[in-house]
Amino acid sequence: MSSRTLYDKVWNFHQVKELSGGSTQLFIGLHLIHEVTSPQAFSALNEKKLGVKFPNLTVATVDHIVPTSNQQRPFSDPLAEEMLATLEKNCKAHGIKFHGIGSNSQGVVHVMAPELGLTQPGMTVACGDSHTSTHGAFGAIAFGIGTSQVRDVLASQSLAMNKLKVRRIWVEGELQKGVYAKDLILHIIRLLGVKGGVGFAYEFAGPAIEKLSMEGRMTICNMAIEGGARCGYINPDETTFEYIKGKEHAPKGKEWDKAISWWKSLASDSKATFDDEIQLDGSSIEPTVTWGITPGQGISIKETIPNPELLPKNEQQIAKDACKYMNLKPDEPIEGQSIDVCFIGSCTNGRLSDLQEASKIVKGNTVAAGIRAFVVPGSQKVAKEAKEKGLDKIFLKAGFEWREPGCSMCLAMNPDKLEGRQISASSSNRNFKGRQGSANGRTLLMSPAMVAAAAINGKVTDVRKFLQK
Amino acid sequence: MNQKFPKGEIKSIQGRSFTIKGDDIDTDRIIPARFLKCVSFSALGEQVFADDRKELKGNHPFDLDHNKGANILIVNDNFGCGSSREHAPQALMRWGIRLIIGESFAEIFFGNCLALGIPCLTASKEEIVKLQNLVEKDNNQIWEFNLKNLSISNQKETVKLILDEGPYNMLYSGKWDATSQLLDEEEKINKTFNNLPYLNNFKKEL
Ligand code: SF4
Repeated sequence: MSSRTLYDKVWNFHQVKELSGGSTQLFIGLHLIHEVTSPQAFSALNEKKLGVKFPNLTVATVDHIVPTSNQQRPFSDPLAEEMLATLEKNCKAHGIKFHGIGSNSQGVVHVMAPELGLTQPGMTVACGDSHTSTHGAFGAIAFGIGTSQVRDVLASQSLAMNKLKVRRIWVEGELQKGVYAKDLILHIIRLLGVKGGVGFAYEFAGPAIEKLSMEGRMTICNMAIEGGARCGYINPDETTFEYIKGKEHAPKGKEWDKAISWWKSLASDSKATFDDEIQLDGSSIEPTVTWGITPGQGISIKETIPNPELLPKNEQQIAKDACKYMNLKPDEPIEGQSIDVCFIGSCTNGRLSDLQEASKIVKGNTVAAGIRAFVVPGSQKVAKEAKEKGLDKIFLKAGFEWREPGCSMCLAMNPDKLEGRQISASSSNRNFKGRQGSANGRTLLMSPAMVAAAAINGKVTDVRKFLQK
Repeated sequence: MNQKFPKGEIKSIQGRSFTIKGDDIDTDRIIPARFLKCVSFSALGEQVFADDRKELKGNHPFDLDHNKGANILIVNDNFGCGSSREHAPQALMRWGIRLIIGESFAEIFFGNCLALGIPCLTASKEEIVKLQNLVEKDNNQIWEFNLKNLSISNQKETVKLILDEGPYNMLYSGKWDATSQLLDEEEKINKTFNNLPYLNNFKKEL
């Protein structure tokens, strides 16, 4: 009986050759590109007089630099316009499909590709973006790469890679009401640390994971990289197939049945051996918020800011830095911390179900005085579906701004930025110093429903209080 | 800043060294996102650690006069975590860094450095602290890194370093720029393509 993991099986299918030096030449089945990490890769190709080997296996969109208030071309920021124009030109020159502004399919790359059915089980997916791990939610091996590697994939549809070890993270039970996939992954990163996953792929499994929707699963895998794991994945099952079925690029007709049987065969065997295994109980997790400057610095809404002196020795210095930077005092509760800006969006939590959950909290309420709150749908499709459900009206009525799709204040390469020492409640994935556009701005990561609750109360709030009402 | 970029075999590196202290230094700090608005890497050297430098008003290691021209950087744990932006190693390289030694590196950052011919080597926490102290004692001393011995030395003291076999061989043989090696395998690439069910209408029997 076979005892292989999904990771082993998918890896084997894509192995081109063992390279001298011990790494493997791995075939890449789906290559996604965007405007920030691709221009230099195309320049390098041109310098080396190389072409794109399989133009059909690369798909492009624009997300990081797009303004979210007015997307009229040319963009008012000439640098942003230049980046988009360069991508358009490169795609045209090499015959690469580009999902641009106004195409109805543009969006944050990790939101739009699954939506189009491009991401499927058993693929290798690479993109010049660390959150490529998102696509692992479908049972793919998906990982972020740098620009030199983008060049290599364009030229050869392959990469020199070293095989990772696999750690299975088994989650028992079921998430409680008001606790979402975001809380679970913040909890896991807190437990295992921001570098706990270095050298590993994370397999997320167990009853609590199986009960998650595809969108919840994408949130989990998206943040595997924040725990140091370059890829995270979930074995494909009926939920996966149901999501893919009927999507633009999904297999159709007879192919569909064959696809399903192949996909099923990829799941980790029941006797699969893992390099490491951990177990946790999903039902005991509470809404979780980061208080510091790494995604591993999370606590439950009921906890207080940790006292650095009482933490394990290797966490003390960064905890001290975090307290100082965040201007938070040890032993203060996180609940009730006041905030300035609320951001709902990003490739972690900018999908339809995220906006739906947040809208349930917002409905009939008003954003607290002095708070700037805005919703940035992850893609044009998300925006359209949300509008069809009337979500935009709910948010607008409550005092939120409703924006056009893009990465926006997740990394603030467009005009959406924190100012000065402002502190945000954000559904994104990184709370690094300066991440949201102000060199000394501050970020509290949480689920979109928690961001909505924070917007209404003007301070960090336990979303379960809204759900009881 | 006008030194030549790495090329070919990288068996030894000589030069002055300095330290950047702290764990979990992410690539957003190494190069803030606003500097990613470019279609070429050429200007990044000036912008390395821009926000940290601004905060320290000239006292950041990358601003101190005595570190100008140094090419070896000693860091702590999980250096280069976060965003996959190759702009981070590009900025370090264009500033003049040619070798990084630390307790550990984030995986994507490590790979990005390797693809530029910048070795990242590790040593235990104790060894790194020792090395940082030695380096800080005298900014002018010349350090010599030897790939074959996996060590760095200032003549008097030697610190042993760790590097996996794969990256070691790539640096030693000069094959860290993977493109040509990957392109050599045209036939095998096509064969892999033809055997992938999802690229062949799921026709292939398993
Ligand atoms: S939403 Fe944020 S994390 Fe996701 S791709 Fe855009 S910038 Fe990166």
